[in-house]
Amino acid sequence: MAGANNAVLMRRELLTRLAKLYNQGELKLKIDRIPLELRPKDAEPSRCCVYKDRAMLRYKLMALLGFNIRDEQDELTPLSDYVDRAFARTEIEQEPLTVVDEVCNACVKTNYVVTSLCRGCLARACMTSCNKDAIRFENGQAHIDHSKCVNCGMCFKSCPFHAIVYIPVPCEEACPVGAISKREDGTEQIDYNKCIYCGRCIVSCPFGAVMEKSHIMDVFRAFSSGRKVVAMVAPAIAGQFKAPLSKILGAIRDLGFDDVIEVAKGADETTANEAREFMHKMAEGQKFMTTSCCPSYTTAVNKHLPELKPFVSDTGTPMYYTARLARAMYPDAVLVFVGPCLAKRYEAFVDPNTDLMLSFEEVGAMFVARGIDVAGVASTELDRSIDSTSRGYPVSAGVMTAVATKVGSAVEIRPMVINGINKQSLREMKMLPKTCTANMVEVMACEGGCVNGCNVIANPKIATRQVDEVVKQAE
Amino acid sequence: MGKKLTVKICTGTLCYVMGGADLQLLDEQLSPELLSRVDIMGSPCLDCCNHDDSAQAPFVKVGERVVSGATISKVIDAIKDELSKQ
Ligand code: FES
Repeated sequence: MAGANNAVLMRRELLTRLAKLYNQGELKLKIDRIPLELRPKDAEPSRCCVYKDRAMLRYKLMALLGFNIRDEQDELTPLSDYVDRAFARTEIEQEPLTVVDEVCNACVKTNYVVTSLCRGCLARACMTSCNKDAIRFENGQAHIDHSKCVNCGMCFKSCPFHAIVYIPVPCEEACPVGAISKREDGTEQIDYNKCIYCGRCIVSCPFGAVMEKSHIMDVFRAFSSGRKVVAMVAPAIAGQFKAPLSKILGAIRDLGFDDVIEVAKGADETTANEAREFMHKMAEGQKFMTTSCCPSYTTAVNKHLPELKPFVSDTGTPMYYTARLARAMYPDAVLVFVGPCLAKRYEAFVDPNTDLMLSFEEVGAMFVARGIDVAGVASTELDRSIDSTSRGYPVSAGVMTAVATKVGSAVEIRPMVINGINKQSLREMKMLPKTCTANMVEVMACEGGCVNGCNVIANPKIATRQVDEVVKQAE
Repeated sequence: MGKKLTVKICTGTLCYVMGGADLQLLDEQLSPELLSRVDIMGSPCLDCCNHDDSAQAPFVKVGERVVSGATISKVIDAIKDELSKQ
């Protein structure tokens, strides 16, 4: 995550306003006013005009209400209608992303642009090299016809003045698996046969066009349903606010949860099972084993790295074990996972026991909306039975450390840590079955670990420090 | 040289969520010269926040001056300005 830019802050502002109106019981009444309040008539538009800005904000609110923006039938449907529909639905959607198409119009149309450095030379190599007849000259300057250009880059390569530049489409460039691409009309589409839910497109879009379909409304609905609602909080939370973990968990409870369970509890089980599995597999002569707790990684294996599949641990994720435990304790409760990323939102859908997911950012916005200052709430008792290494899971090499500690000297561990999935590391992983000299491989999709997930609040550096601190205290 | 200028970065939840989290690395962005002349500290809610309008957050106090909608560069400007008055 690249720090909170204005697109991120706007999303948080929208979430906060939405949550605030809900708390005041005025969501239906006033949600349609949010875009107007944020972009009043006399405000300076961020792009073309306040009306367009408002339309974008309306679509973003649709995503926060949990809807697919493309499903809009009628542009005149007020947000208040969607509020009703959100409260009426009983299921969340499998695929967690939606794109604010309107916003894509502001993005680059083609990857190549002729700059004013064009000398209008005699050779016109750009024109002759273009197989699509997309270049014409006007007033002695080359122009690229977006409707014909196929982004082959021939003109770019041929210009002796380097007057043609390459401009990336940020989301496409950020996606490590080529899952996001332009439709004919210039809007972006996500290919879920490829998507690994790493969330890079969300983070990289400078317009904030790629949005998660939030479950916040479904959580509100759960609160008013009379059923118990239980939060299962990922250990990365320890670094998200400037307060001790016990207070952060207390603040989450104050949002209205009947119980708050640390997912580190489930990590205990992951560690134990993975260590056992590792020793077993090594005894069987398997070359190496990889971790399985990052759902973005396991999805990448399923969709892109079939050769790695036999090497992935069969052990469940901390979410899986925690939710199983929570379900046993609260058979009828709504179980809400609180976590750092899109991949976990997807996992929450797939997991047999988890019902809903809230991101750290959503929880942060709910705090703000309720006027909760985390440092000021009553602490909860931390679960002392949890192993300190389980609290270290969210930092790169944390899972490795936990499993290695458990294995101890029973089997010699030759570790390898893949810190972040990108095009390069994907290529390396593809080769692992042939080249791997390690016997235990940890893979996390985000560089630095879960503390750098796509919807964290704190700077990953600071979050890492805080997580390390919590691990130390628990030792 | 007078006494050090106090810089209080709000770590209250509202400010933190609304961009304050990124200000925590301010010290890394200051020149050694400036760094030697300031005392940077995190502070619980500075009581500048207004829960009806979070757009003004995050807040940083540079000496007695309140910087709203704070960014690293805004804070550095304020520090330079305050120091020049000393
Ligand atoms: S939270 Fe920063 S001033 Fe209150």
